[in-house]
Amino acid sequence: MATLALLQARQTYVGKQYYYRNNVVNTFREQENAAVVKIQSWFRGCQIRAYLRHLGRAATIIQKWWRSYLGRKQFQLTVKVAYYTMKMNLYNAMAVRIQKRWRGYKVRKYLFNYFYFKEYLRAVSETNDAIREALEEFAEMKEREEKKANLEREERKKNHQARKTHYLLSTNQIPGIYNSPFRKEPDPWELRLQKVKPLTHRKPKVKEEYNTDLTSWLACTSARSFPPSEILPPINRKQCQGPFRDITDVLEQRYKPLEPTLWVTEPINELKLAREQLRREQWVRNVNDNMFFPFASYHKNSKYIPSIHTSSKYGPDSYGKQQFRAENPKKWICDKDFQTVLPSFELFSKYGKLYSKAGEIV
Amino acid sequence: NFLRSVLQMFEQYQKARTQFVQMVAELATRPQNIETLQNAGVMSLLRPLLLDVVPTIQQTAALALGRLANYNDDLAEAVVKGDILPQLVYSLAEQNRFYKKAAAFVLRAVGKHSPQLAQAIVDCGALDTLVICLEDFDPGVKEAAVWAIGYIARHNAELSQAVVDAGAVPLLVLCIQEPEIALKRIAASALSDISKHSPELAQTVVDAGAIAHLAQMILNPDSKLKRQVLSALSQVAKHSVDLAEMVVEAEIFPVVLTCLKDKDEYVKKNACTLIREIAKHTPELSQLIVNAGGVAAVIDCIGSCKGNIRLPGIMMLGYVAAHSENLAMAVIISKGVPQLSICLSEEPEDHIKAAAAWALGQIGRHTPEHARAVAVTNTLPVLLALYMSAESSEDLQVKSKKAIKNILQKCTYLPALEPFLYDAPPNILKHVVGQFSKVLPHDSKARRLFVTSGGLKKVQEIKAEPGSLLQEYIHSINNCYPEEIVRYYSPGYSDTLLQRVDSYQPLIN
Repeated sequence: MATLALLQARQTYVGKQYYYRNNVVNTFREQENAAVVKIQSWFRGCQIRAYLRHLGRAATIIQKWWRSYLGRKQFQLTVKVAYYTMKMNLYNAMAVRIQKRWRGYKVRKYLFNYFYFKEYLRAVSETNDAIREALEEFAEMKEREEKKANLEREERKKNHQARKTHYLLSTNQIPGIYNSPFRKEPDPWELRLQKVKPLTHRKPKVKEEYNTDLTSWLACTSARSFPPSEILPPINRKQCQGPFRDITDVLEQRYKPLEPTLWVTEPINELKLAREQLRREQWVRNVNDNMFFPFASYHKNSKYIPSIHTSSKYGPDSYGKQQFRAENPKKWICDKDFQTVLPSFELFSKYGKLYSKAGEIV
Repeated sequence: NFLRSVLQMFEQYQKARTQFVQMVAELATRPQNIETLQNAGVMSLLRPLLLDVVPTIQQTAALALGRLANYNDDLAEAVVKGDILPQLVYSLAEQNRFYKKAAAFVLRAVGKHSPQLAQAIVDCGALDTLVICLEDFDPGVKEAAVWAIGYIARHNAELSQAVVDAGAVPLLVLCIQEPEIALKRIAASALSDISKHSPELAQTVVDAGAIAHLAQMILNPDSKLKRQVLSALSQVAKHSVDLAEMVVEAEIFPVVLTCLKDKDEYVKKNACTLIREIAKHTPELSQLIVNAGGVAAVIDCIGSCKGNIRLPGIMMLGYVAAHSENLAMAVIISKGVPQLSICLSEEPEDHIKAAAAWALGQIGRHTPEHARAVAVTNTLPVLLALYMSAESSEDLQVKSKKAIKNILQKCTYLPALEPFLYDAPPNILKHVVGQFSKVLPHDSKARRLFVTSGGLKKVQEIKAEPGSLLQEYIHSINNCYPEEIVRYYSPGYSDTLLQRVDSYQPLIN
């Protein structure tokens, strides 16, 4: 109990003591605690900061490497692209060069070559000029020829006129109309008249023979012309009463075809006709009209040697070759000699074709 | 003696017949007698005389008949209806040469009128005998037969085919080689008549070797022969490229050009026709002609003649120019354009003008260069006048319009275009304005000139429907100029200016 009483006596003290001590300790502890916190916070702050710094540094390093890696990659790519584009540019340039050459070549060769075309046009105009010139020349030549022909024709006409009017030529005694004595010089016509020969008298034209004489159509020589109808005697004819000839005989005589006498049928110029005929037949067979005309010009140079007859100065003698009778053309009154015609004998031509008085056929 | 008088009577009768026939033949030469003769029944009288026993009378009767039939087709038909042809054909082969000539003359006179009459002759079997006559010795007979054959072949392709089937072509080719000029002429004309119908017929003529002989005769001095030869060659060449090349291969080329200088107008015409027929086929053939200087010769030829003779030459220039721009250029440098424009303005006939307009259109349609060459000769106003003229034929109007259009679409030569702004109808104005709208954006000098010459003003006055091509062209022309200028030149601008004066409040201070 004492303790208790002691304790109770000491209670306030203890209490005070306790409070005091507690208080001191508390204060101290609080102070200490703040210090510790401060220290720790500082330390930890340092520690963390160091760590963070470390981390940051590490991150930078990582990033550096990574970025450098990426950068290099990017750069490589860019370089590649740049290289590629450069290459392509070069190729394109080269291709353009090639294409340029090729296209130019192709177009010039196959499609259109300006210089060639120019040259061509120049050549064409040159040919044109040449052709124009040549044609001009040709036309001129033609004109000259025509002029010459005209002149010649004119000349011939004049000559003919001069020959026709040759009688106007002046003689020694009488001056012609073109040679007037009052003029100083004769007319040019006078000279022309002097030069030409007078025109000879034209021979009267022998009239073309009318070559259809009776024989040619009576005989019906042509196969195509229509044949003359044969005259048939009447069929039923009664015998007449009386001393008459047999009816057939009579009819035969009556309807026998026309037989003209020799006098009529035979032409007077038989020989001539026969010759004509012969000549015509030969002409038909001829290939060339001028039979003896030499085909080649080989003979042209060979000298012509006349026969003795023609070369003698007395002239050829026609007697015995062309005619057997002396010809005297001066005595002719027309342009040929009379022809002697021998008539046929009447008796012979009528022989056997007429009734005799006795009723017999002679 | 009695017999003699009988014969005398016969003789008298024969003389009378001869005289009658001769008189009829004589009278039939004059056209004014024909009617009377026909009314007098000359046909029925001549018919028995054609069967006369005397050859002279037969011949003269045939001659008279031929002259009558030659006159008109009624009489020719009467000959056919009178059954005279079979007799003629029958005796054609057998009689003497005078009769053959006369009979061939009758056949020719009958056959020339119409295809039906010619067909009637063919039906009688005349062709075979005529072909036999071609082998006759006498050139006169040949000539008459060739003439008849040519007149039969002239009508149409069937008759020509009949002539070819009768085997006439090789003999005709032989006939051209004969020395007689008249025979050559007629044979060449017959060949021309045969070959004109179809390529096949022309081919048979070529196969018979006619071209070489025809080509040789181009230099013949006889101008009538030349006419026929050139016409035959052109009829052969006109059908196809192959035939034209055959003709060219006969080396006609520098030689034909001499014919263009001939005295005879028809030789010129036929030579031009021949060149045209060759040129029209291909560019190569045209080129060949150009290289031989043919274009220059044709142009000279056009200059040296008048009227219808010019026509083939003009067409030839058109054909050559139509093939390609190089050939058109060749025509231009051969001085073809001035010649054509002379033709265009001088010729009185519409169809020649139309041809010249067409040729000019063909020359000018290729490039601006070509169009310029045409435009500088002052042809466009002439063409426009022809197009606008009420007197010109429809064909001429169409052709000149087409030519104007072709040239305008290529023309960049503005001085020539400008007059068109003032007097062209709307359908042509469209092209003119179109050309301006194409040129002006690229040419500053032209822009300036366009304003000062009053073209811009004219363009502003054109009333175009909105949305049309013309409106678009005008718009693109306006875009080449500052707005003020466009407004200044647009119609009614002075009024708007005056209105602004009215409405303006003067500043007073």
